[in-house]
Amino acid sequence: MIGPDPEAMQRYSFFSLARNALSQHEGWQRAWRSPPLKPDYDVVIVGAGGHGLSTAYHLAKEHGVSNVAVIEKGWLGGGNTARNTHTIRSNYLRDVSIRFHDVSVKLYEQLSRELNYNILFSQRSMIDLIQSWGKMRDLRRRSLAMALHGPAYQLITVDELKRRIPAMGDLSDVRLPPLGGMLHPEGAMARHDAVAWSYARAADARGVEIHQHTEVTGFTFAANGAVTGVETNRGVVRAGKVALATAGNTSHVIAKAGLNLPLVTRNLQAFVSEPVKPIIDVIVNCPDVGLYVMQSDKGELVIGGGTDPIPSYRQGCHFATFEDVVASLVELFPRFRNLKMLRQWGGAIEFAYDASPIISATDIPGLHVSTGWYGGFKSIPVGGLTYAHLIATGQPHPLAGSFGLDRFRGLRFLLEAGTVAQR
Amino acid sequence: MLMLACPWCGERPEGEFICLGEAVRPRPLDPSALGDAEWAAYVSDRRNIRGRHDERWWHVRGCNTIFTIGRDTVTHQVFAGTQDEAAP
Ligand SMILES: Cc1cc2nc3c(=O)[nH]c(=O)nc-3n(C[C@H](O)[C@H](O)[C@H](O)COP(=O)(O)OP(=O)(O)OC[C@H]3O[C@@H](n4cnc5c(N)ncnc54)[C@H](O)[C@@H]3O)c2cc1C
Ligand SMILES: [Zn+2]
Repeated sequence: MIGPDPEAMQRYSFFSLARNALSQHEGWQRAWRSPPLKPDYDVVIVGAGGHGLSTAYHLAKEHGVSNVAVIEKGWLGGGNTARNTHTIRSNYLRDVSIRFHDVSVKLYEQLSRELNYNILFSQRSMIDLIQSWGKMRDLRRRSLAMALHGPAYQLITVDELKRRIPAMGDLSDVRLPPLGGMLHPEGAMARHDAVAWSYARAADARGVEIHQHTEVTGFTFAANGAVTGVETNRGVVRAGKVALATAGNTSHVIAKAGLNLPLVTRNLQAFVSEPVKPIIDVIVNCPDVGLYVMQSDKGELVIGGGTDPIPSYRQGCHFATFEDVVASLVELFPRFRNLKMLRQWGGAIEFAYDASPIISATDIPGLHVSTGWYGGFKSIPVGGLTYAHLIATGQPHPLAGSFGLDRFRGLRFLLEAGTVAQR
Repeated sequence: MLMLACPWCGERPEGEFICLGEAVRPRPLDPSALGDAEWAAYVSDRRNIRGRHDERWWHVRGCNTIFTIGRDTVTHQVFAGTQDEAAP
């Protein structure tokens, strides 16, 4: 059977916009199909968030595996991919984490062109504000580690901080006066929905099927214990391989296969203010007090902090955390005191025991997991690239060889903790 | 804001406590008898239940007691714990 032809995908361009304007915008194709659910596929990916969709795209593109279904219980890109604060960066501590995220940033830089979809990528740099000597030592160590690999992370003075973030108030008044900052010029943001939609459209054009409103409720197994498919609210779907990309729900889903993973799910919230004139043009992160803030293209301030300090699948706003974040915000930026908050929301994110990602086969043959993405919007391109490689070849991708579940058995933890409000 | 019942102090606000996470299985009595997989499972695996589970809290800004309660991780409703604290 000949699959859909990626060349036949309707190209988006200035000319297609002009042409469609002439016909009252009624000639646009659907961005992806809604085909009937087949009884079997080579690969079933569970979860149509950024990671599931990017994985499907790379399976089809690099490995020629396109008999793939991405199965999603809600709507495509409606999980954490819709809820995150879209920060992209590579300022990690461990060698493997730096290399992995550096590749992701580079893939993001090219993504609009690669997928023919404007993801509004804006590499505006990120500044970590340092308010304690402990954090200063921690981040300087990180900066030296990064110097070995390429992405920049430079110490800047308080005067330079004030010059780059003029919206800050009089810093001599704050409880923990800033001691300096770390400048990460690769730090960027992108439109989160567009990332999910662009991968969905490009994967669909290569033959991948996306099935929304289809919830995986269990698995089917062969006599030898290997997974042979998934049970869903629309019946059993057989699969040569099953790959979970279920974000905060991975423990819940994989429990149906009898497995426990080294994961904890927590609620992470964010909120946006009413729109204002341009006032901050970098991403400001304050790890000492648990606050980050940036301004969206619409003019809203996008604000977040740390996770709620309890296991939670709530996807809501925990007031104690909200209050902490806002208190830190108005101390550093007193002029934001009068801003009204327009929306607030939360998402259920997963942490692995060592706070590094897990991209791995499991004890059940044919069943794979990609999880531990508590700050994994930035990792969507490289996460999909490496997960697809593992699923297609059975071997970990060279960039992700350390992210297997076997690291817990060998106690080879990749500790990335201590990055409060850095995601 | 959660209100938590410390067995010594009674109901107190969440900010006085630190959550120590899921009440994990007791430490194996003879770790050297375990294989790597079993030891790793004890150290790092969690049930991470979506729904009602048992968890430990530490009344750090109070009487310092560590105790177990039940809580629903979706609704955050608090229940009495079911774990036997005396077990190793
Ligand atoms: C408030 C907040 C701010 C964040 N900020 C950032 C940030 O600035 N930078 C950053 O890099 N990351 C950030 N993150 C993290 C980021 O959102 C996630 O790591 C990333 O989106 C994970 O992508 P995903 O595809 O794994 O998950 P998701 O987009 O959540 O996709 C998983 C999908 O699986 C589906 N699913 C679950 N169970 C089933 C089932 N049984 N059957 C079928 N489908 C199922 C879900 O419905 C969901 O659509 C933030 C997260 C939150 C909540
Ligand atoms: Zn007490």
